[in-house]
Formats: sequence, structure tokens, C-alpha cells
Amino acid sequence: MLSSPPSLFDQSPSDAAWTIGRLMVTAKQVLERGMQSLWVQGEVSGFKSYRSGHWYFTLRDADAQVRCVMWRDDARRVRQEPAEGATVFAYGAPSLWPERGEFRFTVKRLIRTEGLGLQQALVEETRATLAAEGLLDAGRKRRLPAMPCAIALVTSADGAVLHDVVAVARKRWPLVRILVIGTRVQGDGAAAEVIHALQRAERLPGIDLCIVARGGGAREDLAVFNDLAVCRALAALSVPTISAVGHETDVSLTDLVADVRAPTPSAAAEMALADQEVVRHQVDALANRLAGGLRSRTRLASERLGRAADRLGTSLDRSLRDRRARADRLGVALDALSPLRTLERGYSMALSPTGQILKRHDQFFPGDTFRLRVADGEVPARVEEA
Amino acid sequence: MTEEETGEHVPLEADLERLEEIVRLLESDSPELDQALALFEEGVARLRQARHRLAQAEIKVQRVLEQADGTLHLEEIRDPSE
Repeated sequence: MLSSPPSLFDQSPSDAAWTIGRLMVTAKQVLERGMQSLWVQGEVSGFKSYRSGHWYFTLRDADAQVRCVMWRDDARRVRQEPAEGATVFAYGAPSLWPERGEFRFTVKRLIRTEGLGLQQALVEETRATLAAEGLLDAGRKRRLPAMPCAIALVTSADGAVLHDVVAVARKRWPLVRILVIGTRVQGDGAAAEVIHALQRAERLPGIDLCIVARGGGAREDLAVFNDLAVCRALAALSVPTISAVGHETDVSLTDLVADVRAPTPSAAAEMALADQEVVRHQVDALANRLAGGLRSRTRLASERLGRAADRLGTSLDRSLRDRRARADRLGVALDALSPLRTLERGYSMALSPTGQILKRHDQFFPGDTFRLRVADGEVPARVEEA
Repeated sequence: MTEEETGEHVPLEADLERLEEIVRLLESDSPELDQALALFEEGVARLRQARHRLAQAEIKVQRVLEQADGTLHLEEIRDPSE
């Protein structure tokens, strides 16, 4: 366990006696360097919550016991104080308190086992947190777009998932654009990578849908997709989501948070994409209805036009008759007023070359030419010298 | 990221929705003949466009990469079946 053998036993104690403080501080360092944080399981006893918010208790099992402390900030995140005798999983690191000479386990997380194994209990705890945040509500589920133009695919970079998704898309809906965001999906730091990938998906403009998919890999290693922060990042996406990371039998928490759960990446692609054959039939049906719609509309129009023409004919006839009668009446009146009738009686009319009627003496100058209008025509004329 | 890099301008879905609307209007007999003809013309154009889209479709696969400055960059994946 000890990565680098410490100097604790190298020194001869006979040279100079150590102080107790030096003993404890050195032992504390050895312990803290030598042991990573880990999960333990045990029964809670002597639980005490101080006014400061810190918790003190003992964890025990059949063979041993350890004093535990849980600092305020960590204790605050536990949903419920553990009951006396409750079996819990506690995550933390061992330490020594020199001033009390005590070995202590500093607990960072505490969850009730509820009769489950550690992994299941962890998932249950996260599920409860997600539920409390409303992220599992059925009312949150969004409908998938009918015909997505662009899909973000968050997946392992190995290509197996991409291959499956592209194969389905090519057959079913080749109008789609698939934007692949590669990430590790298991191992240390994978959760942070998946979260980062989801955040990139959110930043891509024009995305209609995001699929989170896991390729092959260990069946039991769903830890990343049961991670609270990953689930929250998935829930935060503004586009609908499909999770295809579990298996037929086990469900991951991202499956529960996503709008739609798919058993496999291929199934996710089928759910996400319209079927082009179906859409082609839809287009054909619309074409028929469009033609039919116009035919019936024009038939109706031509019937209306026929009726309108009939009405138009009768009204035109009447209006023409009316006009002719009116014209006849006006013709008679005009005739009476016409200067031609006066000329008929033997009068004539002098007109200047510009057509002005010359009525008075002072309009005539010696040598001017003018026209004389008589009943059946005009006579050229000139004014004589006075 | 430019507009060109991000999807179609008028998606097929919008064409089909408008077509549905046009057909419903024509079938309802409400439009005047001029309007009906205009609707029909638009419908034919949209049908042609929809069929063209379906016929020309070629799947596009791109990898999203992040530059050092945080901007996203798209790189074509030529043969995703590899």
C-alpha cells in the first residue's frame, strides 16, 4: 500500500527520543500518503450532530470499529441524518488526530445501503437526487423532431457507434447531418469528458437533437452514465435527447434523464430519423391532393364564371338598349342646337385660319384671309382694302 | 461558425408543412381563383423542392473539434464506415 517507504523506521530511536507530536504527525503523514479515499460499509453508532454542523459517530461491524467525523459542508449534502444502527456506505480517508491521539475516518459522503450493494446504492442515491431536482419528471420529456436536419452524436471515438448510426441514417434518412463529438466513456476522468462533450453539443448551432451513445465495452461499466453531473449536463441540453448507453436489461440514469431511451445506438438512430420511404409516399399523396384541390377549385370557378357571364349578358343588353335610347334623345336635342341647322337657313359663319369664329368688325383687318362656312362647305375669302 | 456550415436553410419539414396548409386551403374552396392559382403554383414549387431534396440527399458526417481558443471546428469524415 505504501507507495514510497517513509523514513519512519530508518532512524535510530536511540539517538534522540522523538516527541509524541513528531510521532503522531509523522504517522499521520504516512497514513495519509499511503491510503487513498475509499468506501467502507458499517453500522452507525453514537451519532452526534454538533451545533457547528459537524457530525461525529462510530462505524462498526462484527470485527472492528472506527471513529468518524464528517465536516459541515459534507454533512449538509447528506439528505437525512443516519439513524442509530443504520447500515451505511461511507466514502472517506483515514487520518490521525495527533492532539487526541486518535485514528479517525474523515467521511466525505454517506449513503444508506437500503440492503443494496455499494454501486446500486450509489445509483439509487443519484436517482433520488435527480428525482428531487425534477429531472426525471415525465412532464419534462420532449418530443423528438420529425425530420431532423442535424444531429449531435456524443460517443466514444472508437467508431463502432458512429458506424451503426451512419448505416441506419444512410438507409433511412440520408438528408441528415451527423456531428460527432468524441469522448471517452469509461475510466478516470471520463465523466468530465462526457460533460464537456455535451457542453460542446449545446454550443453547436442548428442542432435538432443530441444522441448520447455508448459502444461496446464492459457491460457493468455504466458508472459514467450514472454520474450525477453527467445526468445534469444531459438534462441541461436545449434540444431533445436520446440516451443509448445501457443494455436491453439494465438502465442507466442518463436513460432516465434523456427524453427518449434507446436500447442500442442503431435503435437510437431509427427513433431519431424519419423513414424516407414514408416521406416519399407523403409527398406523393400531397401532390395528388394539390392537383385535386386545384381541379375542383377551377371547376367551381368555371361554373361560377358561366353563371356570371349569363348575368353579365343580360345586364349588358339592357345597358346597351338604355344607352342607345339615350343617344337617340340626345341626338335630337343636339340637332336642334347645331349651327348647321342655322346655316341651312342661309346664314354663313366666318372662321379665322386658326378656326376662331369671327363675330365683330374689329376682328377683320384689310388683306386678312379667312374662311366662310356655309351650309355645304367652306369658301376661302379675303378682307378688301377699305 | 458560418450559417453555411449549419444545416439547411429551409428544411424539408417546413416545405411539407406548408404543402399541407396549401392543400387544405385549396380543398376548403375558400380562396378566390387568383389566390388558388397562386397557392397551386407555390405548392408545385414546394413539391418540386421536396422531391429534389429527397432525391439529392447525401448523408454528411462531420467531427466536432475544439480549437485552443475554444471555438468549435467541423472536419468532414469522408468514410464513416471505416
